[in-house]
Amino acid sequence: MCLGIPGQIVELVDFHHHIAKAEVSGVRRNVNIGLLTEGPDAVGVGDWVLIHVGFAMSKIDEEEARSTREFLISLGEPFEAELDELEQSSIE
Amino acid sequence: MSMRFVDEYRSGEVAKRLAAEIEELAEPGRHYKVMEVCGGHTHSIYQHGVEDLLPPEVELVHGPGCPVCVIPMGRQDDAIAIAERPEVIFTTFGDMMRVPASNGSLLDAKSRGADVRMVYSPLDALKIARDNPDRQVVFFAIGFETTTPSTAITLLRARAEGIRNFSLFANHVTIIPAIRAILDSPDLRLDGFIGPGHVATVIGTRPFRFIARDWQRPVVVSGFEPLDVLQGVHMVLSQLRDGRYEIENQYSRVVRDAGNPAAMKAIGETMELRTTFEWRGLGFISQSALKLRPEFADWDAEVLYEVPGVRVADPKACQCGEVLKGVIKPWECKVFGTACTPEHPIGTCMVSSEGACAAYYNYGRHAGRRRREEAPVPA
Repeated sequence: MCLGIPGQIVELVDFHHHIAKAEVSGVRRNVNIGLLTEGPDAVGVGDWVLIHVGFAMSKIDEEEARSTREFLISLGEPFEAELDELEQSSIE
Repeated sequence: MSMRFVDEYRSGEVAKRLAAEIEELAEPGRHYKVMEVCGGHTHSIYQHGVEDLLPPEVELVHGPGCPVCVIPMGRQDDAIAIAERPEVIFTTFGDMMRVPASNGSLLDAKSRGADVRMVYSPLDALKIARDNPDRQVVFFAIGFETTTPSTAITLLRARAEGIRNFSLFANHVTIIPAIRAILDSPDLRLDGFIGPGHVATVIGTRPFRFIARDWQRPVVVSGFEPLDVLQGVHMVLSQLRDGRYEIENQYSRVVRDAGNPAAMKAIGETMELRTTFEWRGLGFISQSALKLRPEFADWDAEVLYEVPGVRVADPKACQCGEVLKGVIKPWECKVFGTACTPEHPIGTCMVSSEGACAAYYNYGRHAGRRRREEAPVPA
């Protein structure tokens, strides 16, 4: 639950509730982007974010997303478990 | 210095250079204790053998940064008491399922018939409430400031949508009072801190200032890759060499000095500080945890359900508390790796992959052997 996993925003789903679809290592799930709506950290389609428990917590660039993903893959089981849990998620 | 693990780093060359410079920065004969207060750091350090790249003068001490680990037995008992109510669907992050309480874990309660479900996000728990209007859905809200905003926003949404069969068992803790308690404790003399990168994403770097100002200890908020941790250690030792005590941000590619104001606002709107809260190993720390504001009483599981609320001592054999304070290393615990393993944990530090004991059990037995034979060097 503590891993920040990088994902790319691919679609805005529910503007009112700040729900967007993010792609994380091939898995597409809804996340909340309500904490990243103002100033330079406001995110939209195409942006990369670090996701914690279904919430985009920080905006990052593509290089940071790539290196974070490589690092998480190197962790092995904890990242796989996190992805399994994300796959079960069905945030609306 | 072992180079066994250097090749695994994103840039072996940079790791080697940093390691060599850290060796130069370390004053011979001086023993440096640098504490990291995030379970993510602990995991990374053990898995990548960061300690093997450091000179013997520099010791990394693992602090109370794993949120699963710091929840005391009594609260876990309370969670199970709520979960065992027939009307309740109890939702929790996967990590909390296996935490041992007085009478087994949530997983054991589930096998006895309680409706316990693992969720990825509090918003998944809210969906379960929406889909099961005739049941009461409780979410076991735990974590430091990294996860607190997600609970807060879920709660605001439950209220906005008028979802009344959803409630929170709030156990959110705040890192600053825990660091203060460790600095106040006579058990441990620390020279500096690797600050928690993800927590700082939310609270920013300013709340750490007292450590530099009042305690004259450097703090370097750092990222999680092994190179980040090495660079964090490098920056702490540079400050010590120069006699500087500052809050530096090694992880500025993610962390803003002001944190995330929207996240802080959501927390402030929904939660307030508890007078005191018990931490596993650290005991009661005043104003170190959050509860729901009274106006959210309808969504507060502690108000809705009677919980035992009894303080329960840790199992005698378990030294998780001393591990959490950084007073002993995981392998110095009497039951480490024998009676207590990730498959059959006695204490929380062996449950979560970010707990120091589990991280060391899974990786450190290999990566840290050299240091284990040399360590611990008393301060």
